[in-house]
Amino acid sequence: MSGHDSKYFSTTKKGEIPELKEELNSQYKDKRKDAVKKVIAAMTVGKDVSSLFTDVLNCMQTENLELKKLVYLYLINYAKSQPDLAILAVNTFVKDTQDPNPLIRALAVRTMGCIRVDKITEYLCDPLQRCLKDDDPYVRKTAAICVAKLYDINAELVEDRGFLDALKDLISDNNPMVVANAVAALAEIQDNSSTPIFEITSHTLSKLLTALNECTEWGQVFILDALSKYKAADAREAENIVERVTPRLQHANCAVVLSAVKMILQQMELITSPDVVRNLCKKMAPPLVTLLSAEPEIQYVALRNINLIVQRRPTILAHEIKVFFCKYNDPIYVKMEKLEIMIKLASDRNIDQVLLEFKEYATEVDVDFVRKAVRAIGRCAIKLERAAERCISVLLELIKIKVNYVVQEAIIVIKDIFRRYPNTYESIIATLCESLDTLDEPEAKASMIWIIGEYAERIDNADELLESFLESFPEEPAQVQLQLLTATVVLNNATVETDNPDLRDRAYIYWRLLSTDPEAAKDVVLAEKPVISDDSNQFDSSLLDELLANIATLSSVYHKPPETFVTRVRTLQKTEEEEFPEGSEGGYSETSSAHAADNGASPPPTSSTPPYATTKQPAPAAPVPDLLDLMGLDGDGGGDNAVVSVDQPVKTAGPPLPVLLPAASGQGLEISAQMVRRDGQIFYSLMFENNTQTPLDGFMIQFNKNTFGLAAGGPLQVPQVQPGTSERTLLPMVLFQNIAPGPPNSLLQVAVKNNQQPVWYFNDRISLLVLFTEDGRMERTAFLETWKSLPDSNEVSRDIPGIVINNVDATIEQLAPSNMFFIAKRKNANQDVLYLSAKIPRGIPFLIELTAVIGVPGLKCAIKTPNPEMAPLFFEALETVLKS
Amino acid sequence: MAGAASALFLLDIKGRVLVWRDYRGDVSALQAERFFTKFLEKEGDSDSQDPVVYDNGVTYMFIQHNNVYLMTASRQNCNAASLLLFLHRVVDVFKHYFEELEEESLRDNFVVVYELLDEMMDFGYPQYTEAKILSEFIKTDAYRMEVSQRPPMAVTNAVSWRSEGIHYKKNEVFLDVVESVNILVNSNGQIVRSEVVGALKMRTYLSGMPECKLGLNDRVLLEAQGRSTKGKAIDLDDIKFHQCVRLARFENDRTISFVPPDGAFDLMTYRLSTQVKPLIWVEAQIERHSRSRMEIMVKARSQFKERSTATNVEIELPEYMLRAEFSLPSITAEDIVPERKAPIRVKFEIPYFTVSGIQVRYLKIIEKSGYQALPWVRYITMAGEYELRVM
Repeated sequence: MSGHDSKYFSTTKKGEIPELKEELNSQYKDKRKDAVKKVIAAMTVGKDVSSLFTDVLNCMQTENLELKKLVYLYLINYAKSQPDLAILAVNTFVKDTQDPNPLIRALAVRTMGCIRVDKITEYLCDPLQRCLKDDDPYVRKTAAICVAKLYDINAELVEDRGFLDALKDLISDNNPMVVANAVAALAEIQDNSSTPIFEITSHTLSKLLTALNECTEWGQVFILDALSKYKAADAREAENIVERVTPRLQHANCAVVLSAVKMILQQMELITSPDVVRNLCKKMAPPLVTLLSAEPEIQYVALRNINLIVQRRPTILAHEIKVFFCKYNDPIYVKMEKLEIMIKLASDRNIDQVLLEFKEYATEVDVDFVRKAVRAIGRCAIKLERAAERCISVLLELIKIKVNYVVQEAIIVIKDIFRRYPNTYESIIATLCESLDTLDEPEAKASMIWIIGEYAERIDNADELLESFLESFPEEPAQVQLQLLTATVVLNNATVETDNPDLRDRAYIYWRLLSTDPEAAKDVVLAEKPVISDDSNQFDSSLLDELLANIATLSSVYHKPPETFVTRVRTLQKTEEEEFPEGSEGGYSETSSAHAADNGASPPPTSSTPPYATTKQPAPAAPVPDLLDLMGLDGDGGGDNAVVSVDQPVKTAGPPLPVLLPAASGQGLEISAQMVRRDGQIFYSLMFENNTQTPLDGFMIQFNKNTFGLAAGGPLQVPQVQPGTSERTLLPMVLFQNIAPGPPNSLLQVAVKNNQQPVWYFNDRISLLVLFTEDGRMERTAFLETWKSLPDSNEVSRDIPGIVINNVDATIEQLAPSNMFFIAKRKNANQDVLYLSAKIPRGIPFLIELTAVIGVPGLKCAIKTPNPEMAPLFFEALETVLKS
Repeated sequence: MAGAASALFLLDIKGRVLVWRDYRGDVSALQAERFFTKFLEKEGDSDSQDPVVYDNGVTYMFIQHNNVYLMTASRQNCNAASLLLFLHRVVDVFKHYFEELEEESLRDNFVVVYELLDEMMDFGYPQYTEAKILSEFIKTDAYRMEVSQRPPMAVTNAVSWRSEGIHYKKNEVFLDVVESVNILVNSNGQIVRSEVVGALKMRTYLSGMPECKLGLNDRVLLEAQGRSTKGKAIDLDDIKFHQCVRLARFENDRTISFVPPDGAFDLMTYRLSTQVKPLIWVEAQIERHSRSRMEIMVKARSQFKERSTATNVEIELPEYMLRAEFSLPSITAEDIVPERKAPIRVKFEIPYFTVSGIQVRYLKIIEKSGYQALPWVRYITMAGEYELRVM
């Protein structure tokens, strides 16, 4: 039943639009229909046919459903660009919503909801109200979704006109499809609203569980997803719910199965009976395994989810490791995920078989996969102490194959094994040394040098080996140089020429140390390294909870909470008219990949970051040498991340920002910016306002060295800024990239350029408030011990006048959002004394004592910290919070 | 948690938009096309790429079919499993309509494509994907009537997969029990993994709204009925049913009851992970005689009962690449390590036989008009992913 629509794509080039215009106004029905098809064909290939708006609209009043659909489609595309003309369609729309044919009624209301033009929306309300109560379930199910559409365009209208109640009524509809769509619409509305709208009571719960048996597979997914938020009152209710959901595990639709698994896991948290839990685990295992027979894309989603599930419930698939063995023809993204799960399920019982598999994979063709397989062996060695020796022997066998990248990867993981089990496996060093010449990757070289340095005493010709590296010292990357330096110091051999200040500094320090006190040098260079630990269960409990509550969704695929990637911006008119209270509605684009550790938790991969690029990040797009030169920065090492370019636009909204570059100084460009902390990450919130006469584009940003080494963690994404408009963006920031030497200060120098103007410089201040980490809470005892262990010289205090504390609890609450955590309080005569803790990255704690008399101005603040030179920054931050 | 697709794109092999349907107006075709063309250019082949990609605030999920990519874009935390599966269903629907889904057929039928995209998804939420029922009210040119007066009842009914009023002169049901053997044997001859994946494939040509009941030699069921299960009953690890089967009923008393769709469908699939003896055993010895000659000796042996016969047996040996260097007067091949020893793959079919021993005990068909229907049952076993690694 193939069609011949392709003929509509070919029209005469010359005078195409006038020709179409003429045909659209033809007196013959068929000709008009053909003309509309040609218009849609033109629209499909991206031609602008908006000028035919009125002519197409003239064809709207037709008995021909196909033609009507095409005209509607045209309207969805072009109504926005012709809002004044679109109003002409309203009459027909409204008439169609009363057509005797339910297909046409539904089509009209469905289409009206897609047209985001205020004037149309106004006229949608009455028909929608009617359609929600239509006799035909097909119309009602369409109307239910339409309420969500309307809410997206104008939430107030939905609330004022009582659509929410009408929608809630549909939950009791006798048609399962209507119920399912009402649930989907309500769940979405609830997601975008801060007030409770869709609360599932035990009554709705039972209704929905019944509808579950009757609605389409997609409807079942809506219902299960909505119900997974329901918190059962007690274990008994949880068991009842689970009982009614488990039959879904037998559904052929994988999405239904995964959503059922999500719901069962949620309820299981409440179930106390170990027998029931064990039984449920047993029930869930086979369906989870069967997901691996689905289409590869579904397998991928399933595997990312199973990865989470086995972290919470390791027993579920403990005996199923074999189903995760890779098939030869599995797509590479499936293999990669299977490998992760194999590591998680590896145990003393199955390790031999697992190692055999890994060894097999290490001889495959795909280099990334091979490397990951080699790394997997290392991770198993670190995870399972008793198997470490077997892991090492497999690695040695692999080294003997002499495939270059296998050898290098093996050396890297062996270094980690050495660190995990010191002084245990040095006997293999001789074998490793044989591969010395083949190493050409920095990480592998550095690892080898580390091994030589660390075990220098046991390697006869360690000095010779290192010397061979030293010959090429000037050409080596910094990573290798640093390691080489450390290793050579071990051998008392530190004289180096280099341009890299970090390297030179460390060399000098070692050299001085060596020349004055060789013993002290030994202490520094050979100091205990932190032990490498097993990272196969990498998520902390609360994050894991959140991810598990999001099974089957993107959040569970990315292993990130939804707010880190959801960028749904509510309708345009809203963002323009209202300020977002906390900037919480304004989505932001998560582009940072700089902190993407290769631990299996891949962040949302950006288009510029292949998710399995192991630890190496690709070079950022188009470096900007002129900006670098102007700033006088070293362009190497960590600085790489700081050079970024504009890629594609992203729109965000938020609260007003302080102006840092006034329009008067920026030839009409005004830049406002502020550092903010969100979900444990630092962002630079920027707004560019173009007061010039020309559009500005090609924005790039660069940060000078600063105390905390703050640098851009991704490209600055600003679309072209039209004259008289402004654009906002959130730039993810990373720490410790280009650290300025000297005493700590809050100065942040920023340079911004665009394609039309010279480079602009401005200064900002870094507040510790964005640096305080979420894990800064100290236990009472730890606090006391730390306080005692720090010498008095580390205590700094200051009086902050002008601050009145009226209520201790309010103050505590005021400080908590900035990650200053309350520990204890006491009364001292008429004074209240508060103890708090905070922490900045690299684990530097602040122990805080606040003393004040309630209601009397003046606050004394004393802090103790290993870095007392940070104290002025701390007081500045504290003052900011308390004065706000 | 709620979330839906912003738009659905059908793209050509280079990532250019062929047809797209905007559902939410927050991801433009331009943006999606720019992302996807760049993405394909950079990654070369899409096989190695995650099917879920994040770019600039938008999550793209895609599948490939022939020379067409199907892709959703979303700014919300949507249900990834559901949307990816939906894309596969869209392929099925298009195939039902145009026989094959490819760039050409999309162009030839773009009007219907738009209509279908409008019907199958609303505001980014999957709605309805039963091809057979869809084609009752969305028709291609040749079959198009003026206006269908209403959507088929099935679209919103609890029985959403079957229309009323179907009539056949002769009422028949064909049931094929197809088992695929997946096996992975290590180079040392050890069986690493073996499983049987079975499917009950049905073709129904039945009038009216027939009620069907299927009985299998399922151990759990037989035991529940207090019958002897000696020798004949089987344990199935996991069973998946077509949406027509009443799952709650099955959970209750293991009865498989359903109103079937019209025509072909998979009634159920099941999995068995008990270790099975490889039906066909293959050993290969590879000897390298000289730099330009090697010998592969293959030994194949059947390990099933004599009364069965395997047909269409194919043993696929890994390809070896030899690079030859021509420098007269003698020819040598460079010594190369075969890059990766692809496994030996075996294909075969054994009719009238199942590994699991599954048996259809009865298939009852009851329709209110009281007709008699004839069920036909066939069994066949075939090789699935049958891989034997070589040294």
